[in-house]
Amino acid sequence: MNLLEVKNLTKNFGGLTAVDDVSLHVADQELVALIGPNGAGKTTIFNLLTGVNTPSSGTISLKIDEKLQLLNQQPVSKIADLGLARTFQNIRLFEQMTVLDNVMVAMTSKVSENPLSEVLRLPSFYEKETQMKDKAIKLLELFDLAESVDQKASNLAYGQQRRLEIVRALATEPKLLFLDEPAAGMNPRETAELTASIKMIQEKFKIAIILIEHDMKLVMELAQRIYVLEYGRLIAEGQPKEIQNNPEVIRAYLGGDDLELF
Amino acid sequence: MKRNLREQFIWLLIAFGGWLIIDLLTFGGVINSFMLTIITMIEINVILAVSLNLILGISGQFSLGHAGFMAIGAYASAIITQSLPTIWGFFLSIIVGIVISSFIALIEGIPTLRLRGDYLAIATLGVSEIIRITINNLEITNGPKGIYNLPQFSNWSLVYIVACIVTLIIVNLIHSKTGRAILAVRDNEIAASAVGVNPTKYKVIAFTVGAAGASLAGSLYANYIQSVTPGDFTFMQSISVLIMVVLGGVGSITGSVLAAVVLGVVDTVLQNYGALRMVLYSLILIIFMLFRPAGFLGNWEFSVKRFFTKQKSSRENKS
Repeated sequence: MNLLEVKNLTKNFGGLTAVDDVSLHVADQELVALIGPNGAGKTTIFNLLTGVNTPSSGTISLKIDEKLQLLNQQPVSKIADLGLARTFQNIRLFEQMTVLDNVMVAMTSKVSENPLSEVLRLPSFYEKETQMKDKAIKLLELFDLAESVDQKASNLAYGQQRRLEIVRALATEPKLLFLDEPAAGMNPRETAELTASIKMIQEKFKIAIILIEHDMKLVMELAQRIYVLEYGRLIAEGQPKEIQNNPEVIRAYLGGDDLELF
Repeated sequence: MKRNLREQFIWLLIAFGGWLIIDLLTFGGVINSFMLTIITMIEINVILAVSLNLILGISGQFSLGHAGFMAIGAYASAIITQSLPTIWGFFLSIIVGIVISSFIALIEGIPTLRLRGDYLAIATLGVSEIIRITINNLEITNGPKGIYNLPQFSNWSLVYIVACIVTLIIVNLIHSKTGRAILAVRDNEIAASAVGVNPTKYKVIAFTVGAAGASLAGSLYANYIQSVTPGDFTFMQSISVLIMVVLGGVGSITGSVLAAVVLGVVDTVLQNYGALRMVLYSLILIIFMLFRPAGFLGNWEFSVKRFFTKQKSSRENKS
């Protein structure tokens, strides 16, 4: 059984069909890339899958305890709770909060705490707080952020902010991680580091990853399978090698159709 | 663990120290009964400002409805202590006020907290006015005449203790899992829901706790002043609490306490100037806002932990 099963997903914004009858699936621990020219509907698909937008039609189901559960119509926070975590194309951190707090917020729904013990500072409060803190620091260490735990998130460098977003997503203990253009705005060295990090996430956390990215080098190196979108429709699916040689994909990216006219 | 206990203990010590100073000064005749009234009003204002800051500063919701919840508390206490004039009746009335306010905040919060900024301000103001006008027209509240000759159960030291407890509860709440979630929703609602934090739930929690605080302050107020009229809880009452929060620094609990004290003192000093009082008061506010637009303290907080680690490290540096 696949971890994520998406069938005939469609989204209309007024007269515009941003996502048109897209079906895709992700297996356990698989790394799938979603590519396509600008405006192809990649981020809209992420928004549909994570519940930010509701699909016009089609179904999204996630494997939970060996059973597929429908995610349509669920609120965003509930979907995140069920195991879908994401980062954003334009970074969205809790800017006024410290790096540590940014990560600890993501554990909110995983730790049950009695409000009375929070307010009265019973020993169980300190116990749980320490547990969460230790866990958060371990995660931050993996991404080289342990030294800035007490800094405000808005004071971090761009690359660090991107990494913090990934750490925050991982703190929700996801089954499936969505990365929306993680390498956007990064220099080649930072991109190489990111590539290594993503590999590490997949091996260490044993989770599936869906990646939107324009950096083809990164995509070809990491992805096990690639979906190609154009004008909201899927035009190709396959291994990186197949995609590189697929005439439809080359046409979508280079405009091959017009070339034949001459 | 030990350190954490020490931190709470130091807070307790500071609070007790403050109480002792006022008590000794009263005993020594430095503080007269007029000044004690002012001190009590300042303490009530501390409760109001701190609880509004939880809504306005910490959860980032612009509420103008604090007077409404205060009115509920005041009238609950007034009505109950009239027929049950014992201290236990007073405590019961406080609880009844808090329950009613929380309930109203809950049913008000769930639909209105989807609104933002000025729209939310207008909606909360509307509910507050509905509460006031309802009170104005009910038989049990004695209409616009209000209720007089209430027994006086609250005094400065009870209000002082309650103000400390309310502040402690709110500060503890902010520095917990719930508080982090509330701050996260304020900073970025979309990101908060993407990490599994339900924005509406945490906004409603902050709003309800804030409303409960206002109701508590109302109860203490009614049984201190010994009379309540609907005119005490108009729009202007909400505004005066808002001024304290903004002046102290939106998001700084320390600032709210400080502003409540400073404005109380300024107000008292200006009473000697008769008709000029309101002009001077407004001028002071304008000047403060010009020079410190973020309030006295911005979002800085006094922290016992930080204070002591700083002292320790400076001592280590010297040696």
